[in-house]
Amino acid sequence: MVKAIKINEKDNVATVFSDVHAPEDVEVFDKKGDSSIVHVLDDIPYGHKIALVDITVGQQITKYGEEIGIASKPIAKGRHVHIQNIESIRGRGDWNKDKQAQIIKEMNKH
Amino acid sequence: MKKQYTYFGYERKDGKVGSRNYVAVLPAVVCVNEVVEAIVAETVGTQGILHHQGCCQTPPDLTRTTECLIKVGENPNVGAILIVSLGCEGVDTDRLEQTLRETGKPVERVNVQELGGTSIAIKEGIDKAQKLVRAISGMQRTEVDISRMVMGIKCGSSDTTSGIASNPVIGYVADKIVDAGGTVMFGETTEFIGAEHILKRRARNEFVASEIDRIVQQMENRAKAIGVDMRKGQPTPGNIKGGLSTIEEKSLGAIVKSGTKPIEGVIEYTDVPKGKGLWIKDSPGREIELLSGMAVGGAQVILFSTGRGAPQGFPVVPVIKICGNPITYGRMNHDMDINAGLITLGERSIEQIGEDTFDLLLRVASGETSKGEAIKYTKSMDFYMLGPVI
Repeated sequence: MVKAIKINEKDNVATVFSDVHAPEDVEVFDKKGDSSIVHVLDDIPYGHKIALVDITVGQQITKYGEEIGIASKPIAKGRHVHIQNIESIRGRGDWNKDKQAQIIKEMNKH
Repeated sequence: MKKQYTYFGYERKDGKVGSRNYVAVLPAVVCVNEVVEAIVAETVGTQGILHHQGCCQTPPDLTRTTECLIKVGENPNVGAILIVSLGCEGVDTDRLEQTLRETGKPVERVNVQELGGTSIAIKEGIDKAQKLVRAISGMQRTEVDISRMVMGIKCGSSDTTSGIASNPVIGYVADKIVDAGGTVMFGETTEFIGAEHILKRRARNEFVASEIDRIVQQMENRAKAIGVDMRKGQPTPGNIKGGLSTIEEKSLGAIVKSGTKPIEGVIEYTDVPKGKGLWIKDSPGREIELLSGMAVGGAQVILFSTGRGAPQGFPVVPVIKICGNPITYGRMNHDMDINAGLITLGERSIEQIGEDTFDLLLRVASGETSKGEAIKYTKSMDFYMLGPVI
């Protein structure tokens, strides 16, 4: 079975270390070596991320126990998490102040 | 008692230690790169510092170019310097020559316009370069303590394995060198965006923390000022293909390579570290400017982490490649020195690969050829400028 690594216990995504073809299962390991099975809903390339839980729009994506962006679409458990459904909130010259404030407000709700 | 580590380097008159003993051929301006290349092609033991600056820049950037050229000449891996001048450049070539003479290293100069053209300058340059090579070729290496090492750090062409395998390996080595009293520099300010809170916790004091904030804001504002999403610039298309979605994700993986030790301070692109320990150099993420920045800072060796397979080297500083992706390592093992992909496969620990890398670092600092040097990847370099070409 394809293996994935959840780097920090707070993470809501894991990284897969093989190309994954839906529908199949991946075995997600954490730092302690404990593992769980996640049913994959999308093809996921080597090194990309998979959602470990259902994630709502505006919710923070957590990897390394830290925030790496927010969900721009609802992301179901088992889906491929990448630029099609997560947004960076830094270095966004294309966002105006209102947009930035709205995003930060959304984030703070969670 | 703490274990003592040593390596064999060239002790310079100014007190620095080099891992190499090259004659650097420095073009004062982009226009003489061809002359430099021709001299280097005909003279063993020389390295050309090819760059694209030196004229039609704003005064601060001309000063910056002059400073960078001085500091590369002062790099301990350089034993002698041949300056190639066109004659009408914006760089202060007299100051360049004068400052480099103060290091006690042999310095020569050729001027294309005064000599009467490129072919005469090439001939004269070859004669002078050969003389310099002979003058320094008898220098011997001596055993020195690792506390005299200045190491640079870089990651490039990253993918998700960089943050998980190869950057932690470099972090392990960086900690070890700092513990042994050495000096370590890292940079890539763009790749602090979204991870600066973690770096600030390691700042030596409040001032250093505020400096980290300052350089990160400055870098982020450059993206904001031109009204764009940074993506495709940072993370790069290769990073994105490799699974990195946002600059925050890239940054969190990137800063791991700096290890865990206190950050002593932030230095400008043209500066050398102001003491021992771990230092941040304010610099962009692109390889050519960053590696040049490390050479400017006096790095004797650079550790370079990659996932997708960056081949970069530097003319006068050996670059050691640590690859976190086992597939890339298998495909590009003539370019990659260390297979940190074994960590992602669960076959080796970060500490085990870290120890292998540390051993290789001491060997390369003592003269062993890194793979980047063996393939002669030495021409792609440039200095980081702030303003436009005018």
